[in-house]
Amino acid sequence: MTAEYLDGNALAGPLGEIFAVDVTAATGRCANCGLTGPVASLHVYGPDPGLVARCPGCDEVVLRLVRGPGTAWLDLRGAVSLRLDVPE
Amino acid sequence: MNIISRGFRGRQRRDDDRLPPGQYLVEDFPVLSAGPTPRVPLDRWEFTIDTETGRTHRWSWEEFTALPMETPTVDIHCVTKWSKLDTTWEGVSLDVLFDDVESAAEYALVHSYGGYTTNLPLEDLLDGQAWLVHRFDGEELEPRHGGPARLLVPHLYFWKSAKWVRGIRLLDEDWPGFWETAGYHNYGDPWREQRYEGD
Repeated sequence: MTAEYLDGNALAGPLGEIFAVDVTAATGRCANCGLTGPVASLHVYGPDPGLVARCPGCDEVVLRLVRGPGTAWLDLRGAVSLRLDVPE
Repeated sequence: MNIISRGFRGRQRRDDDRLPPGQYLVEDFPVLSAGPTPRVPLDRWEFTIDTETGRTHRWSWEEFTALPMETPTVDIHCVTKWSKLDTTWEGVSLDVLFDDVESAAEYALVHSYGGYTTNLPLEDLLDGQAWLVHRFDGEELEPRHGGPARLLVPHLYFWKSAKWVRGIRLLDEDWPGFWETAGYHNYGDPWREQRYEGD
């Protein structure tokens, strides 16, 4: 049986369309259970009708990304924060 | 020769007439998933309708399957552009489930095992337009297609036909669901190609 989901690295391309930095390397904190880890460790369902990235600890939705013609919708309400390394 | 040719074109035209704008036909049954597939044991399954006044109507699996069944044959249209014609289901009309429900609410928020939600006007669930189905194509509905039971609202894009349905909340105000809060259209009429917010 094929896996139901991909890992968060599947978000690199779609999020790269929106952010100037590689968000998959960022550290996120799940708003539901508080688990902290790299975005690349999320469980990603989709890509259609949209990408749904869930916490590997509690399965709650951390991030959703829907791509329509000429528009993208990004929902990050399941993430308390994203910690990103930025140049000094 | 003319007759055969005309007949063939006639059949094509009939199928095309059943295909909303921007859709293509499939013969298989694609599975789209926004999360892990819930496994709901039938002895713990229940379906509820909560009214805006706080009254809850509740059915166990045994009570649900004892209700009068219908066998709708309908065309279904996914917002990701596939359509499937003449799908055959078995289940209970929402008119039966709403028979004893007193409500003045205009909106319904459907919720599922696993946390999925979708919203629609209550009137779109009534008058022979929607079913709670537990069988597809003569077989038990598989978990990957929404079993034990899913909603079937074929006149709207198929994301409104919630898999693993657990209940319906009746509301005085519209409350957008899972995809409706992430860019998809609030109503989702395939014939008006209401895919995304603003269409």
